[in-house]
Amino acid sequence: MFKIVLAIGVLALAQAAPPGDLENGRRLFVKDGCYECHGYAGQGGRDGARLAKTTMPQASFVRYVRRPSGAMPAFTQKVLSDQELSDVYAFLKSLPAAKPAAEIPLLKNSRQR
Amino acid sequence: MARSRRRFLQQAAAALVPAAVRPQSDRSQTAVGPQSDLSQTPHSAYTVERPGSDFMVDVLKSLGFEYVAANPGSSFRGLHESIINYGGNASPELLTCCHEESSVAMAHGYAKIEGKPMMVMAHGTVGLQHASMAIYNAYADRVPVYIVLGNILDANFRRSVVEWTHSVQDAASMVRDYTKWDDAPVSLAHFAASAVRAYKIAMTPAMGPVVLVADATLQEEPIPEHDRGTLRVPKLSAVAPPSADSDAINKVARMLVAAEHPVIVAGRAARTPKGVDLLVELAELLQAPVHDRPFRFRMNFPTRHPLYGVGAIADGDVVLGLEVGDFWQATHAQTPVNRTGMESRPTTKSGAKLITISSADLVSKSNYQDLGPYADVDLAVAADAEASLPALIEACRKLITADRKRVFDERGRRFADESARSAQATLDEAAWGWDASPITTARLSAEIWDAVKKEDWSLVSDVTFLSYWPTRLWDFQKHYHYIGGQGAYGIGYGAPAAVGAALANRRHGRLTVNIQCDGDLNYAPGVLWTAAHHKIPLLTIMHNNRAYHQERMYVHDMAARAERGIDRANIGTAITDPNIDYAALAKAYGVYGVGPIENPKDLGPAIRRAIEVVKKGEPALVDVVTQPR
Repeated sequence: MFKIVLAIGVLALAQAAPPGDLENGRRLFVKDGCYECHGYAGQGGRDGARLAKTTMPQASFVRYVRRPSGAMPAFTQKVLSDQELSDVYAFLKSLPAAKPAAEIPLLKNSRQR
Repeated sequence: MARSRRRFLQQAAAALVPAAVRPQSDRSQTAVGPQSDLSQTPHSAYTVERPGSDFMVDVLKSLGFEYVAANPGSSFRGLHESIINYGGNASPELLTCCHEESSVAMAHGYAKIEGKPMMVMAHGTVGLQHASMAIYNAYADRVPVYIVLGNILDANFRRSVVEWTHSVQDAASMVRDYTKWDDAPVSLAHFAASAVRAYKIAMTPAMGPVVLVADATLQEEPIPEHDRGTLRVPKLSAVAPPSADSDAINKVARMLVAAEHPVIVAGRAARTPKGVDLLVELAELLQAPVHDRPFRFRMNFPTRHPLYGVGAIADGDVVLGLEVGDFWQATHAQTPVNRTGMESRPTTKSGAKLITISSADLVSKSNYQDLGPYADVDLAVAADAEASLPALIEACRKLITADRKRVFDERGRRFADESARSAQATLDEAAWGWDASPITTARLSAEIWDAVKKEDWSLVSDVTFLSYWPTRLWDFQKHYHYIGGQGAYGIGYGAPAAVGAALANRRHGRLTVNIQCDGDLNYAPGVLWTAAHHKIPLLTIMHNNRAYHQERMYVHDMAARAERGIDRANIGTAITDPNIDYAALAKAYGVYGVGPIENPKDLGPAIRRAIEVVKKGEPALVDVVTQPR
């Protein structure tokens, strides 16, 4: 029963998610400090997961930001609206994927002496 | 003899003071002008033959100090003079420092490379106040630093209100909570015995800083006649580090050999190069993975070894912690309900047996809480891990049957496969944001690695704020390849510790690399001048994220919790407006400086040019504008 309610809730959230404004998302990503843990390029690091080109569905993304499970602070509606989260999500989806390491000589050769 | 000379000097000094500045009550009693007395003043009133500080130098030389780091101070002027003249400014050689915090942190970095302490001199009052945070860092990092404080205990020996202000009844009390031992000798014989004792205590695991007060009267007065025939320099006793008793060793060995998934967590396990070899031997014997997160305290284990960092501590049915500063943190996670530490859960699986071998259990103090949360382990062995490893290896070897060896070999093959996959995944991860500006810490680390990997290099800065990229990408093998971080997370350690480590590396011809956080450098940047002045070759690459970034993240966390102003965490944490020109700062101190570099394509050539400067025996700094972590 709980799972059904949760699924409906997630579905409703996904359906309700407004379309994102990529440029506003880019601005918010810096202004609201997302870059602090996830990096300006969304590349991730010690303190935050990689978000660039995220494969996470938008509903899951929003749910995690509202109720994170790790060291990340929870960002409530009061400080980050659903619209703003949609904008950030659009920005993250727009970030370029990494080239394969094999195509970057410095990385490809990094294990050679 | 000394006391009579001092009384004579006091009388002579009183006679020389103009009447106008003497107390009113004294004026009527002195009618003789100073000039008339001068012709009668004996030569000995102006000079000192064999000051006590010469004997102090004899003692200090016997301990084998190569260097003494100091910002000059009047309370140890006698010792200063004896070091440079009587001692010939060699063994120890004076290093001119611009801040006492730099002096101690230099000694801290030096000791981690050289394996022995550097001497530091400071005022017992204001100098020690400056030095105190660096001493706490060394204490928490279990590093020997030998601190000699100047003080003028005898009020009659103080020249002015300055010297009254710079005098203290119990100089070492300020840092007693975070030093291993201190003493304030009242005679030269006492100084000699305590000086040697202090060295011995500093170098006995768990190692730590020690403080010796060199009283100014003892420094500046002549060696008493009656002492001249009897004063001696005591022999420094060699101390065998404390190893675990055989019962404990056998118990640990039985648990490790019987385990299906033993995991080793290494903190400050390898004190010496031999420690790395021993840890490799133990890990390979058991085919047990070795972890060193969350904080990499030392170079314990080769980073490209197939057993390095594979699996998870959580998978272990026996977890062995070797000199782990905070074993609790290595085996627990904090919940999101309260990330500030009040709620936590063990990450090890139910029924896992936990063992620690640590010399930290032999040294306990109460006030400062660097001891970390209490870890309720199954067996805590109070002993030095490195000293205990040979017996542990031998005990394990005796217990390993052919059947167990087959299990171990199979385990090793699984870890080797995982290690290869992990290495490729690390490279792929490093590629994200490769061309971004600010430059990613992965790109920064890869560019430096490409420039240094054919050299005999030594990374002397912490990797935590770099998302560990150097230890993920570089091939760390040798003990001097990495020395860990601050110890007590006291910021301001990085630059001076790097200079001290570079000094130790200099005579070995190593290329010393310091990836320098911007906030850290700004505490006492004068250490750049010390590096230039003493021609200490050091490659400094700025990790210039233009913020006190750790604190910014905390403030951001607090704002999110309070549901307000999440866009204001930069206030009080930004190091911008204006941006600091670190290349110009370096140049001002006489150091080669270049930057700020914002385009990642410019980074490799800039690093290579700087290395050419360093190879000439000088420090060089490359300012790189970087991502936060």
